[in-house]
Amino acid sequence: MTSIPTSGRAPGRWRSEYTVFAVMIGLLVLAPFITYPVFLMKCLCMALFACAFNLLIGYVGLLSFGHAMFMGGAGYASAHAAKVWGLPPELAILFGIAVAAVLGLVVGWLAIRRQGIYFSMITLGLAQMIFFFFQKASFTHGEDGIQAVPRGVLFGFIDLNDTTVMYGFVLVVFLIGFSIIYRVIHSPFGAVLTAIRENEVRATSLGYTTDHYKLIAFVLSAALAGLAGATKVLVFQNASLTDVHWTMSGEVVLMTLIGGLGRFSGPVVGAFVVGALEFKLRGGQITVVEGVVFVVCVLVFRQGIVGTLSTALKLPL
Amino acid sequence: MSNLQISNLLAQMVLGLINGAFYALLSLGLAIIFGLLNVINFAHGALFMLGAFIAWGLLHYAGVGYWPALVISPLVVGGLGIVLERTLLQRLYRLDPLYNLLLTFGVALILQGVFQIQFGSSGEPYEIPQALKGGTDIGFMMLPTYRAWVMIVSLVVCLATWYVTDRTKLGSYLRAATENPGLVQAFGINVPRMVTVTYGLGVALAGFAGVLGAPIFSVSPEMGSERIIVVFAVVVIGGMGSIMGSIVTGFALGMIEGLTKVVYPVASNTVVFALMALVLLIRPAGLFGKASP
Repeated sequence: MTSIPTSGRAPGRWRSEYTVFAVMIGLLVLAPFITYPVFLMKCLCMALFACAFNLLIGYVGLLSFGHAMFMGGAGYASAHAAKVWGLPPELAILFGIAVAAVLGLVVGWLAIRRQGIYFSMITLGLAQMIFFFFQKASFTHGEDGIQAVPRGVLFGFIDLNDTTVMYGFVLVVFLIGFSIIYRVIHSPFGAVLTAIRENEVRATSLGYTTDHYKLIAFVLSAALAGLAGATKVLVFQNASLTDVHWTMSGEVVLMTLIGGLGRFSGPVVGAFVVGALEFKLRGGQITVVEGVVFVVCVLVFRQGIVGTLSTALKLPL
Repeated sequence: MSNLQISNLLAQMVLGLINGAFYALLSLGLAIIFGLLNVINFAHGALFMLGAFIAWGLLHYAGVGYWPALVISPLVVGGLGIVLERTLLQRLYRLDPLYNLLLTFGVALILQGVFQIQFGSSGEPYEIPQALKGGTDIGFMMLPTYRAWVMIVSLVVCLATWYVTDRTKLGSYLRAATENPGLVQAFGINVPRMVTVTYGLGVALAGFAGVLGAPIFSVSPEMGSERIIVVFAVVVIGGMGSIMGSIVTGFALGMIEGLTKVVYPVASNTVVFALMALVLLIRPAGLFGKASP
């Protein structure tokens, strides 16, 4: 997409990006003293989800319109693992990630056969298929969802039923996911991804098998979306159809767009903005406001909050 | 297979054809718009819903019946489409087409949300017009007159659209502008106006489908969103290369969906997506599509 910046090695890049990290961690450690921890945990899970999504749209130029299937799918998988199989939280989450990654492998393998708008429509269609599967499958309990999922005891000695401990856990999970994405973007692999986004034909002519890169990025994004979904299920202790519905796929696009496409910290800001909107509004109002924000962002605010800030401050954020 | 099973199969196929009529009408509109604008109109489902609600509103508030609604509703939806194209879509043609996809997605959310606030999620009933009530025994099933009407009228509209785009002077301009807008403009044809009119026509088809659908599906804010996702899959399967292709694919997939309801009911609402995956494996450009992307 046209208005996305390249992550050039501008002088002072490292300093400013580490500052962003430090400020973010500081705010997130202090935040539970100011507002509801459950609200924050939800925002953190959504932020990780959006970062995973941003890896595709922002750095490979692939707009997935079905990312809810990875988040919600992993959610169902880990909820089932924790509740029915009685797995501890760390294994339940790992199982969720594995399911999302395998799903990502199949979906990605199919979807990267087409580009641009078709790619979006294919991911949307396959996600809808997964939605119907979860709606019909008996283990998901249909409209009720999987309820009363135990949070369990992490590594056998960290009891996640305590809200403060749970918040710490979610924060650590988020930071791990965020760091992985940061590392990927700034690795040689990430540079090839950016090259594909900018000009796929040229990347091919330079000898890169672009389909392999796209598929790996897709699976990685799916797995990280799965990590977000599995963690979210432990926070709310239920897995439901909401997380696999197409509206969730739209929401993650919105979060990334508000924050700034292709800005590594953009989706985090976007997730908190959308989280706050949903906290204040209800039902149809949310849909209308999200629609308006979509239209406004696309027309006049394509850089998003972080992109605009970054341009104004002349800093890579 | 017993006689009963065969007649059940045939009956479901006929009912499937009716669903297919809606797929064909909607994917036709998408294909026309995509051809000229290179935009996949995400608002198509919401405009379909709007068409149905306009018909319902005309009857409910103004006492205007089905037949006038069949004309008024597409006109209003088409008019709204022209305004949308002029004020919003047009600003983004120079950018990646994904931005217009996101824009129309936003428009869809706004429309759906407004109707959700106003009417909630439960559907409003819309009665079948007097002249089309009743049904005919066609041997293996009672075919409701209204459904027969939907099938015939949508087939006529689809073929008329195909005729206009494929066989008339206007259509040749349209196809030429799809191939090379700059050149057509150089020949003195007002391409931007043609684009606006095309978008209006495409969404008017969605509005028309909405009125047709009002008595069959309950008129509700969500009636468009789920259906349009299936139509996207139909579009991927058919490929957006030809108008006739989207008509044939639409009807055929409706019928296949109907068949699945008998043979393997659990898969009836996933079969179209499964077929999409299959087509992607065998012929990524779609059945009637030109080479990728």
